[in-house]
Amino acid sequence: MTNAILTGLMLGGMYALIAMGLTLQYGVARIMNLSYGEFLIAAAFASHWLFTGWAISPFVGLALVVPLAFVLNFAIYKLLLTPLVRRAPNRDALEVDSILATFGLTFVIQGSMLALFGGAYYSYSFLAFPVQFLGETVAANRLAALGITILLGLALYAALTRTRAGTAVRAVAVDPFAAQLVAINVPQASALTFALGGALVAAAGVLVSTFLTFSASSGVVFTMKALIVVVMGGVGNMLGCLVAGLALGLSEALVASYVDPGLTLAVNFALFLAVLLVKPAGLLGRATR
Amino acid sequence: MAPVDAPWEEKMMTFLTRRTALLAAATCAATLGLTAIAEAQTSIKIGYAISRTGPNTGGAAVTTIPNYELWVKEVNAAGGIKLGDKRVPIEVVQYDDRSNAEEAVRALERLINQDKVDFILPPWGTGLNLAVGPTLNREGYPHLAATAVTDRAPELAKRWPNSFWLLGTSADAAKSLVELLNKLRDEKKIGDTVAMVSIADGFGIDLSSAARPALTNAKFKLAYDKSYPIGTQDLAPIVNEIKALNPDVFIAFSYPPDTLALTEQSRIAGLNPKVFYTGVGTAFPLYKQKFGKNTEGVMGIGGWSGDSPAIKDYLARHKAAANGAEPDRWASAVTYASLQMLQQAIERVGKIDRAAVIMDLQTGTFDTVIGKVKLENNMPTRYWWVGQWQDGEFYGIAPAKNEGARAAIVPKPAWVAP
Repeated sequence: MTNAILTGLMLGGMYALIAMGLTLQYGVARIMNLSYGEFLIAAAFASHWLFTGWAISPFVGLALVVPLAFVLNFAIYKLLLTPLVRRAPNRDALEVDSILATFGLTFVIQGSMLALFGGAYYSYSFLAFPVQFLGETVAANRLAALGITILLGLALYAALTRTRAGTAVRAVAVDPFAAQLVAINVPQASALTFALGGALVAAAGVLVSTFLTFSASSGVVFTMKALIVVVMGGVGNMLGCLVAGLALGLSEALVASYVDPGLTLAVNFALFLAVLLVKPAGLLGRATR
Repeated sequence: MAPVDAPWEEKMMTFLTRRTALLAAATCAATLGLTAIAEAQTSIKIGYAISRTGPNTGGAAVTTIPNYELWVKEVNAAGGIKLGDKRVPIEVVQYDDRSNAEEAVRALERLINQDKVDFILPPWGTGLNLAVGPTLNREGYPHLAATAVTDRAPELAKRWPNSFWLLGTSADAAKSLVELLNKLRDEKKIGDTVAMVSIADGFGIDLSSAARPALTNAKFKLAYDKSYPIGTQDLAPIVNEIKALNPDVFIAFSYPPDTLALTEQSRIAGLNPKVFYTGVGTAFPLYKQKFGKNTEGVMGIGGWSGDSPAIKDYLARHKAAANGAEPDRWASAVTYASLQMLQQAIERVGKIDRAAVIMDLQTGTFDTVIGKVKLENNMPTRYWWVGQWQDGEFYGIAPAKNEGARAAIVPKPAWVAP
């Protein structure tokens, strides 16, 4: 039982990690980023390249890849997405425009990765040894990823609830128009939040690459998973993201251990459906419209 | 082509343009006919649509694309394919099928109708080969499916006489594996508990439904028999449960990402049965690269005669041509052999006569990297079904009657720290 729960927590932590960035980008910056998974894979490739080519540990890699992703995403928001934000009359229109724009971006990123790395599968071994944790044997890399996820989640939660900038970000998430009335620079806050989301997905990519096999075309899997977690937790809600991720991971691990591994997907989607039927705005989301 | 429900004017237009084009073509042919024959063939146009993007990319990039490129490079470096008494270089036309069956068929139709290629090389994977089968059959192109494993192969070979199914059937794969296990049990090297997992997708379903009755008939105890959905990101629950059952044999009919994940998790959880067998991906160079010394004793689908000079030479040439990348140890060599067969058939016929080439493929004997190949009912007579990593090479171990088959190392040595 401990083992199944531990596995579930690690898997759930990974889901939450993957989704945290998207909930910021979608919930606050109002950009439904369809190329989200491609950014994750790009970071995974970066980590692979640093590790196999330069023997740089992925933990050090985080310190290189994450700031770079922040700058890159900031530039993408400023150059590519700001024109869309400006001309969109309302949130729905922006959503449609951003879906189309980032769908195009998917091909650009995927194409560049294919050109650079080819289409083959990539995988490397980092911290791939067993450790004893709470009396159970688990993989060190997954445990490390869970630890970093918790740290990132706590830091982000504290930043959003305890700092002035974080409060501004939450205000934009709730109502971008009202936020302007209290002198919040909404475009700036949106750009920074989008970039922060990009930095988070890069962190996820680096951590995930230590234990998952990936290829240039596996980004869509992560976009889908992140979207499910974000919608289930409540768009733009950090805590909801964590709760939804853990719920999915735990249900998956418990079903695989005690019922049948073939039913994990079914249970995932059943849970997703049930949540949406009872709370259409997500677990911790507020119905705004 | 005008859609069926197009207004009549549009259909008329299409008809007219088509007729005009035909007329023009006929006139050209009539006036240029003589010169065309005298000029003859200056190049052989070979076309293929392959998965450069989408979920099949991982397989195509390892098994198919490097071999197509290697073969074209080598043939052209030697002056080309011999037609009669002169050599004619290969000209390649290629498209991306985006891992999509409809796109693959469309691309093939473009290759045939617009690019007018002389021969077509098949796409990667069972699904796409089945998808393009009817088109290639209708247009009379030889179809050398080197990366498709399907139980329908014998039936398809009969229905489409132009198609050749070089990788065999999943029933055969399961049968060989069970035969090997049976032999090991008779030698008292293993007991009779088997744990089997499979991916809930084409390959896993086919293989597990063939292996299940074969195992039960051979009186093996199936202690665990479950499937998992494609894209499962944590296989720890499965491995942990199997470890608790302590089976003699572990069988996974898995895809590359899960093959790697299952091996990794087994090593971490300390699941080390006497026979450890995983599916697609075990024969990949990535597997050796990732697990190093820990590959020792791991069995998987595929294998090749690693001791044969032809294979050693092929491995060296492949590495030189593909930037040091190694081929996989299952369908790569078969793919390359299929290209050699195509070349030898064309050269024996001596001209671009697809029907004659198909006939030659059906009846001829070919000298390839995997040895002499003579097809019976459009399928080879020997395959490698079980391979085992021994000392850094993935040798074929079953069927044992194959030339170059090595003896299995059982029990599998313990996992070591990486």
